[in-house]
Amino acid sequence: MSEFKALDGNAAAAEAMRQIDPDVVAAYPITPQTSTVQTFADFVSDGLVKTEFVTVESEHSAMSACVGASAAGARVMTATSSAGLALMWEIVYVAASNRLPIAMLVVNRALSAPINIHCDHSDSMGARDAGWVHLFAENPQESYDNAFQALRIGEHPDVLLPVMFMHDGFITSHGLERVEVYDDAEVKDFIGQYKSAYPLLDWRNPVTYGPLDFYDYYFEHKRQQVEAMENVKQVIIDVGQEFGERFGRTYGLFESYKLEDADVGVMVLSSAAGTTRAVVDRMREQGYKVGMLKPRVFRPFPAEELVDALKHLKAIAVMDRSISFGAMGNAGPLFLELLAALQVYGDGRLPVSDYVFGLGGRDIVPSQIETVFHDALKMAETGRPERLVTYLGVRE
Amino acid sequence: MANDGTGWKDIPIGGMILEAGNAVKYPTGGWRAFRPILDAARCVHCLQCWVMCPDSCIIVEDGKMRGFELLHCKGCGICAAVCPDKVKCITMVEEGRALEVEGK
Repeated sequence: MSEFKALDGNAAAAEAMRQIDPDVVAAYPITPQTSTVQTFADFVSDGLVKTEFVTVESEHSAMSACVGASAAGARVMTATSSAGLALMWEIVYVAASNRLPIAMLVVNRALSAPINIHCDHSDSMGARDAGWVHLFAENPQESYDNAFQALRIGEHPDVLLPVMFMHDGFITSHGLERVEVYDDAEVKDFIGQYKSAYPLLDWRNPVTYGPLDFYDYYFEHKRQQVEAMENVKQVIIDVGQEFGERFGRTYGLFESYKLEDADVGVMVLSSAAGTTRAVVDRMREQGYKVGMLKPRVFRPFPAEELVDALKHLKAIAVMDRSISFGAMGNAGPLFLELLAALQVYGDGRLPVSDYVFGLGGRDIVPSQIETVFHDALKMAETGRPERLVTYLGVRE
Repeated sequence: MANDGTGWKDIPIGGMILEAGNAVKYPTGGWRAFRPILDAARCVHCLQCWVMCPDSCIIVEDGKMRGFELLHCKGCGICAAVCPDKVKCITMVEEGRALEVEGK
């Protein structure tokens, strides 16, 4: 039997970790991820899990310990934020390249400097080319649900890649919401056992992980990672479907809201999608044909599927919670990826504009999102964006 | 170990090596800049070089030092350094000059 509890995002993720009972968790506390690891540490000392909990001296060590444990054959989880992810950097690539299905909660927080503990997506977006699968959650429930699916996706034999699952720092991590917590046994049955094909601890079949790999084979190993990434989309869909059949909430690559008959749409990740949904409802009441698309998966970028869902629109506004400094227009990564996708899978003529918002935890309020929709409606009339990028709410 | 020309579908993922001890099949002696040359007549077969060689490249037969396994020797010179002072039967020679010194 499932039950409803009042949990913030971090407590929900920790609750998922309790139910998963990973073999190894190696983590270092960092705001705003701290309460996940702290709550999980309580579970460890209270004997509620059998996990080997490794307290390390830095995130570089946390991910290193995760890599070692995963290579040994363990089911491994960790959690981090911002500077912690940045410090892990080297080993984040190693985890993906060694094909280790580690699941990591990333509580999105701005990167320094100036130092800032609040939400934006610059931390995980910076790691977008590292070879991990990226899942974004809008609220504590989605983050809780993603924790289980992250394991199933990463551990799938066609994938074998690490998965990071995100929720917004403070907004989601410390925002108390109603979360349906499933029955322990049901969860255990869904996630099953992780059986590594080549566990290092199997001394009867000794293998080497991470040897020197030069110009003769390195390129082929990268090509294999491409193949795994290609396989991810279908696995996410299958796992999301199975999850829905068991627990009642079906997940896919993205969620669209009132998009089918819309003239214009806003594409936005994570918690801001909740606010956007309310704005869509209000504007619909006023007679505007507007809709929203909330990507769940950023890596692999579901280019073809997104274009399919958006191509009937007359204009799209993308909302990015990070900047790709020096990229075209100093736009955000979500916008840039969508533009490329529209060029390849669409006719490339759909007007699109980017709205960078909420950096360093700056509030995003419904009236601002309304201006984005009105801009998009104007774009639909004129057929071209007034500006490529708008920094929404920044003081001039 | 995969052979030259093997494609990405045919090799273990992530650069994993599934066959224990196959480094033997992968020649690394080409990295060598200096080659150890043995003066067999002076060698006392103390086997200090065999003990210390980090690449297991000292060939020993019936307890006698017989030479070097050059497919994996990287020319670090440890063998020459640990060879006892009164013996010093190993000389490190530039690879380019090894032919004229050793005749091979």
